[in-house]
Amino acid sequence: MDIAIIVGLDVISGIASLVLISAGLAVIFGMMKIINLAHGEFLMLGAYATVLSVSAGVNIWLAMLVIAPVFVGLFGVLVERCLIQFLYGRLVDTMLATWGLSLVIVGGTTMIFGNTIVGVGSPLGGFSVGQYQSSLYTPFLALMAILLMTTVWAVMKFTRAGLIARAVMQNPDMAATLGVNPARVYMATFGAGAAMSGLAGGLLAPVAGVVPTMGAAYIAKAFITVVGGGTSVLWGLITASGLFGFINQIAAFLTTPVFGEVILFVAAVVLIRMLPTGISGKFFKGRL
Amino acid sequence: MILEIDSLHSGYGKIPILMGVTLNVAEGEFLGILGHNGMGKTTLMNTLMGHLPATSGTVRFNGQDITRLSPHKRSRAGLGLVPQGRQIFPDLSVHENLRMGMAGSTVEDPAFMQEILSLFPRLHRLLDRRGGALSGGEQQLLALARCLCSRPKLMLLDEPTEGIQPSILEEIVDTLKVLRERGLSLVLVEQNLEFIAALSGRVLTIQKGVITGEMSPKDLQDPEMISEFVGMSST
Repeated sequence: MDIAIIVGLDVISGIASLVLISAGLAVIFGMMKIINLAHGEFLMLGAYATVLSVSAGVNIWLAMLVIAPVFVGLFGVLVERCLIQFLYGRLVDTMLATWGLSLVIVGGTTMIFGNTIVGVGSPLGGFSVGQYQSSLYTPFLALMAILLMTTVWAVMKFTRAGLIARAVMQNPDMAATLGVNPARVYMATFGAGAAMSGLAGGLLAPVAGVVPTMGAAYIAKAFITVVGGGTSVLWGLITASGLFGFINQIAAFLTTPVFGEVILFVAAVVLIRMLPTGISGKFFKGRL
Repeated sequence: MILEIDSLHSGYGKIPILMGVTLNVAEGEFLGILGHNGMGKTTLMNTLMGHLPATSGTVRFNGQDITRLSPHKRSRAGLGLVPQGRQIFPDLSVHENLRMGMAGSTVEDPAFMQEILSLFPRLHRLLDRRGGALSGGEQQLLALARCLCSRPKLMLLDEPTEGIQPSILEEIVDTLKVLRERGLSLVLVEQNLEFIAALSGRVLTIQKGVITGEMSPKDLQDPEMISEFVGMSST
């Protein structure tokens, strides 16, 4: 029984992490059809922002939940203005440009902070289930994932900015005909996606080794989650994270964590072979 | 003059379509432009709205040179386009589509939207429906209403009769006549003779990217006049 609870918690944690690390990429891909290969580095910058703020004496909650997303969000706006805005509609070029950007960010961060692992302690304690130990941080991550998804949904559904964003996503020329400046909407969307990546990085800082190259560990998983989910930002992300998170954790439990990852990627390949437009391309067409 | 176009050239890439269009629209005027497919009607509309760059010539709107302005700035200046194919946002509800008509202003004005809706009684019961689920005629009404929500001074109307049942066409004619009373100016490009005759005070003909002549709506009943200017027979 205890082991079932622990595995259940692992599954929840796996799904929540996938939602968090993929959300920024999903928003930018779903809304703008741009694949941001510097996404992992945006996460890393969020993690660094958190670690550095905490070591400068800032409260860890403030560092994770405010400083990391705001800093990376602003950085994202800067990247959009200086780089991405010239490449709209050119999928391959944006991949190449953001990949180059990721190398620059990794190099720059290594130069400034060195190639060493830094970290912050988890702000929450543990609890025990029978003979097993688990951290309270796991349910906290799940809560944050739910909160993030609910917020994105509410903003898109109920605010004027969300309406305009959805309209631009469906038909940018018509939106421009009605007085919307699509360039500004794209800039804001990219910034919002970057801020989500920053938040994810901040939340991961206490549980991951924070190094300049840490982004590489996340970009692959985020990438398959987003491609597997398809272009529907919310439903694609939720269903793909649910499926892949579940497969990953169960496979890791039955075999080893390394095989868990292997089985996850095999499952993703099979899924994309069967549903080339992703889960949402088949089941949630036109939904958020 | 609300719109002054002077030897406007435009096209797609290196393929020229408009070869020097010159025309004026007076305030409160309903101007019809008649022409075959491929003569440059839609290109003219898209160039006026700013979706296609003018390669030479000028466009003045309300006294202001808008030749190089981007589409959203033209919209905010009071130019409205109801495009060919209607371009309803398919996954937004009818109500959300109408709200998008107000996306260019700083705040939405629900009272004004109600005022516009009162001109389109058919849309009332459809407000919660997905835009993509409407019939062609209903979409055309919605496209008109959405454009009006942006408070245009001049409306560009691109082939509104395409694939629409006659009963709705009559409604559109009646509604646009009401709007003429209220001071709206209109440029209508069409190949439906009846529709263009019912609305326009003056009809220009376009052929191969230039304006070839001017007719009164009465002339549209004369097949010889039409074939002379448009190369189009009325039967």
